Parts: sequence; C-alpha cells; structure tokens
Amino acid sequence: MTAMTVLLATPALAAVLLALWPAYRSGAWINVLACAISFGAAVGLMVHRPESGALLLVDDLNSVFVLLNSFVAFTTAVFSATYIAHEVESGRLNSLNLRAYHAMYQVLLFAMTLALVSNNLGVMWVAIEVATLSTVLMVGLYRTPEAIEAAWKYFMLGSVGIALALFGTILVYMAAQPVVGEGQDGMVWSVLVTRAAQFDPALLNLAFVFLLLGYGTKVGLSPLNAWLPDAHAEGPTPISAVLSGLLLNVALYAVLRFKMLLAANPAALAPGPLLMSMGLASLLIAGVMLYRRRDIKRLFAYSSIEHMGLIAFAFGIGGPLANFAGLLHMVMHSLTKSAIFFAVGHVAQVKGTQKLSEIRGLTTSHPALGWSLVIGTLAIAGLPPGGVFMSEFLLVTSTFEQPFPLMLLALPLVVGLLIAFGALMLKLSAIAFGAPSPGTAPVKASYLPMVVHLALVLMAGIYLPAPLVAWFQHVAGLLG
Amino acid sequence: MSPHLVFDIAHLLAGAMVLISLMMLYQDRLTALIKVFALQAVALAASVAWQAYAHDAPHLYVTAAIALIFKAIALPLALQRMVTRLGLHRQVETAVATGPTMLAGLGLVGLSLVIMLPVTATSDPLAREDLAFALSVVLLGLLMMVTRRNAVSQIIGFMSMENGLILAATGARGMPLVVEISVAFSVLIAFIVIGVVLFHIRERFDTVDVDALDRFRGGRS
Repeated sequence: MTAMTVLLATPALAAVLLALWPAYRSGAWINVLACAISFGAAVGLMVHRPESGALLLVDDLNSVFVLLNSFVAFTTAVFSATYIAHEVESGRLNSLNLRAYHAMYQVLLFAMTLALVSNNLGVMWVAIEVATLSTVLMVGLYRTPEAIEAAWKYFMLGSVGIALALFGTILVYMAAQPVVGEGQDGMVWSVLVTRAAQFDPALLNLAFVFLLLGYGTKVGLSPLNAWLPDAHAEGPTPISAVLSGLLLNVALYAVLRFKMLLAANPAALAPGPLLMSMGLASLLIAGVMLYRRRDIKRLFAYSSIEHMGLIAFAFGIGGPLANFAGLLHMVMHSLTKSAIFFAVGHVAQVKGTQKLSEIRGLTTSHPALGWSLVIGTLAIAGLPPGGVFMSEFLLVTSTFEQPFPLMLLALPLVVGLLIAFGALMLKLSAIAFGAPSPGTAPVKASYLPMVVHLALVLMAGIYLPAPLVAWFQHVAGLLG
Repeated sequence: MSPHLVFDIAHLLAGAMVLISLMMLYQDRLTALIKVFALQAVALAASVAWQAYAHDAPHLYVTAAIALIFKAIALPLALQRMVTRLGLHRQVETAVATGPTMLAGLGLVGLSLVIMLPVTATSDPLAREDLAFALSVVLLGLLMMVTRRNAVSQIIGFMSMENGLILAATGARGMPLVVEISVAFSVLIAFIVIGVVLFHIRERFDTVDVDALDRFRGGRS
C-alpha cells in the first residue's frame, strides 16, 4: 500500500465508520486516530514521492499544502475532542448531531486532500464541491436560526462560486481541445501546463476571469466574502479553525494552479494585477471592518479575509521573493489562526457568549487560555518574533523592490497592515485585561494543539530550517 | 444528414433554453415557475441527447437521462409538493420589478454574445454558439437568484444556472467527466432541496422568504 492510497482511503473509510459508530466519545477518538494516520501518510508522501499519473499529481507545490492540511486537521481533531465533550454536557449537541459531525469532518478531509492531489481539473472541481457541501452541513449543525441563516448564505454563495468555476474549467478545456485533442488529456493539468503556450489566449483569459471569481468566492476575496464571517461565527469552533486554516487555502491552491497555466502562455493576460487588486481590496476592507466587530469569532473571521488578501497580493506580485513570502504567510496564517480559534472556542464555552462586550479580563480569570489568546493575536497582528511578522516583512520589502509604479502599492499595503493591527490591539486589550467578566469556571481544555501551533509559529519567526527554505524557494520558483 | 441541419437543431434547442430562461423571469406564481423550469429541463435533455447523437458520444445519453428524469420530472414534482404542502405564498416575491429585470436579462444575453463569439472564433462551430447560449442561461439564472427573495425561486434560479453549465459542458466536444459532473451537480441540488425541508426553514420562519433570515442578524455583526 502506498502512502497515497493511505492518504485518500483513511478519511473515506473513517467517514463511513464514523457515520455508523453510535458512541460519540469513542467516535471523537476514532476521528483523531484517522487524522493521525492521514498525517503519517502525508509525511510518508514527503519521504517517498510517488510517480504522477493522469489522475494524481504530487509535486513540490501541493506537498506543502497536503502536509499543512493533514497536520492542522490532526491538531484540530484533538481540540475538537475536548470541545465537543463540553458541547454535549451543555446540551447544545446530541449524539446524532455528533455522528454527522465526525463523519462530515472526515468527508471534508478527504475532499480537501483529493482536491490538492488531483491532476485532473474536473476531479479537483468535484472535490471542492464536496468540501463545500460537507462544511455547509457542519456550519448548520446547531440548528439555531443564526446557524441556518449562515449555512444558507454559505450554500448559495458557495454554489454560485462553484458554478462559475465550472464554467471557467469548461472554457479551459475548450482552449486546450484544439491543441491537446479530445478526451481525458484535455483536463490533465500537467499536460495542459506543458502545452499552454499554444492555447488560444482570448479563451484562456476569459476562463481565468470565471475561475478567479468562482474559486475566489471560496478563498473569501473581497468583494465575494459575504458568506465567510457568518459561516465562521455560527458553526462549531473546530470548523471555524478548519475553514480558516485549510479550506481557504485549498481554494487558493486551485487559483494558483490556473495562474501557472496562464503564466505558461505569453500572449494571455497577466493574472498578477487581478490577484493584487482583489488582495489589496480584501486587506483594506477587512481591516476597516475589524473595528466594528462585536462577536469574537467574527472578528477573527474578518482577520482571515485580511490575511487571504495579503497572500493573494503576494502571489499576484510574483517573483521568487514575493512568492516565498506568500507561501510562508499562508503556512503561518493557517497555524496561527487555527490556534486562535482553539483558544476562542474554549473562551466562548467558559463565558457562555461570543459577544466581545461580555468577555473581559481573560488573563486574570483564565491565565493559560488568556495568555495563549494574547500571544496568538499578537502573532497574527504581525508583531515580531512571530512567523507572520517575518512573512509580512518579506512581502513589504519585495513590494518596495518592484519597478516604479508598482512599488507605490507598498503604501496601501502598509496602511492596511497598520489598520488591522490597530483594530486587533484595541479588541485584544479589552478582552484580555481588566476586571474579569462572569464565567470564571476552570476550563477543561487540552492546550496541547494550541501550544504546539504557537510554538511552531514563534520558532519559524526566529529560525527557519535550511531544507524548508530550500523547499519553499523551489516552489516560489515554480509559481513564477 | 446535412451538417447544416445538425447545427440548426442544436442551436434551436439551445436557443429555446435561453428563451425559457427569459420566460422564468416574468413568472409571478411559484407553481408556474416550477412548470417553466421543468420545460427548460426537457429542452436541456433534448439538447444534450442531440449533442450525443451529433458527436457520436453515447455517454452523453446518460446526462440527458439524468436531466430528464431528475430535473424535468422528480425535482419539479418534489418542489410542487413542497409548495402546496407548506402552503407557501404562491406569489413570487421579487426584489426588483419584472420590467427592469427583463431588460437586464436582455442586456445579459447581449453581453454573453459579445463576450463569447469573438473569443471562440477559432473553436468548433457547433460548440461556438452553444457556449454563448450557455453563458446566457448561466447569467440569467444568476439574475434570477439575485432578484428573488423567496428561497424556492432562488433554488430554481440556481438550477437553471446549472442547466446552462451542463449545456456548456456537453457542447465542448469530447469533454471528459461530463457525466460525473452532472451527477455531482444533481447531488448538490438534492442537498439544497433537502436542506430547505430538513433545516425546517418554514417551521422556524413561517415563510421561505429569505428576508426573514436576515432579521436574525440583528445585534450581531
């Protein structure tokens, strides 16, 4: 059995098993175990890389995503086990809900992994659709009116995005068909990228616009981000962590694959400026929106929009340095944001509310939790020595190094970063310090996932191992 | 059969789908809207079956059969039952008046012709106009989703949009995975319809008017 088979088969089989497994407590640990096996398989994929075929593809680019994906999915499963135990005690979820939840968690993991390793653009599309469906079910899990509203909105906007992406995929096939010929090969990415120079540029341009709008909706780029804050705020917190940390990345990965396709055709439009403008718009709009948030999960959901904007901007600028910064930022954002959501999940449980105005003095009432949240928020706001600081610093310097008119973009970039920084500091000082608000019961939480994530982020800010740097530099070169 | 006739029939069927999309825009009763949607699904099935015949691609008959059985018969029946059993307001609640919507719809059809015809100049002529029609159907479906407040008419807008996508996918000669994609889409739609029933949107809100959902946002942001 190869690592690839294990990677794909484990979540698929675990989903079936968990759907049938009656006891939720042991179900949670089966979930953790399945995620651990997937993570092991992803590491195995690094050690021994399989041959790429017409269906599956593993290269330096998607192995970054696969490894990050399975790691965060694993730590989130550990967090989820303690989180749901509390939700059951407080009566918000019953065992039937949890069976659906655990099964869908594995379906989501399967779909995301398939989208990442698939070489066929059609299979990638189907996988992202399945990922959307499974998260819709999880967002609506609490069945409160708010949760249903969030699920419906996510469903509708997500489906429209998915539909536009399919139209773009069809157009890519139409562009490829006269060159590559009819049939399976016309959808295989590795074939397309070698022949893309001969494709009709006009058709390719149009296809990219649809793909950017379609998958861009799922990345949460402005102005297509209306679903994101609701979906993050109303679902169970482990899902907020997976949505922010992973699913947005998977959609971004799809955009990057098509960007590489366009870059291979000299006559096609440069995808960079489109990505840059959407990225900057997301950064500035989300940064300003942060000030008016009254819900803690929405606050960090907007922060995710901001960071996805930064990453899209980095890949839009392109070139080895900016791509490196974008890639590093993506990894750091996933790790930090999921750690923050782990903390926020427990905070909302002990305080019994998500309202920012009712959460006060966390560092006094729950020192471990409060300080983790402080460290996480400082890191995501881009303070040294966090890894996010390093990637943002790289991004700003690489923007300054651009030729004259482009380097001016560094100005809105820095302004956007400062706006978001200010908002996060304001909110953080209110919730972390001062006299504690009611709800001082001790937390039954496993701090391990949170601590591991934050430790990794701080370590990355101080020292990046040389093989990792070489790997990312190679990927940055691939992205062009 | 002369190649002209093959084109003409393909264009006739695809053009019929665009017309039916426009017809949907001015329906003011849910039951009538569902019937018009069923008609479009029949046109889609005929169009896909014709592509299967013209391109000699037998697997497309499966897609045609899915369109006919699932979208032209099963879904409209289910929606019809839902509408009568839940006693929904039969009136379609529009966010924008019918007149401007129709004008916008005509504009979108023009837009898709202007966009698609030049860029597909070198493509297969059978696919060429089909793609322009397909984009019109997609955009009209989108227009319907944004101009209607009622959840059921939004679903129908989405399904009609998906009809356009299947038309585009079958028009692209020899495109792989078309059957799989149409199955995936059917699952998506089934989920949406089941979602409306299962999430008890009606029970909780007394109406499938999406505006009612918005009311629950008060106090949060």
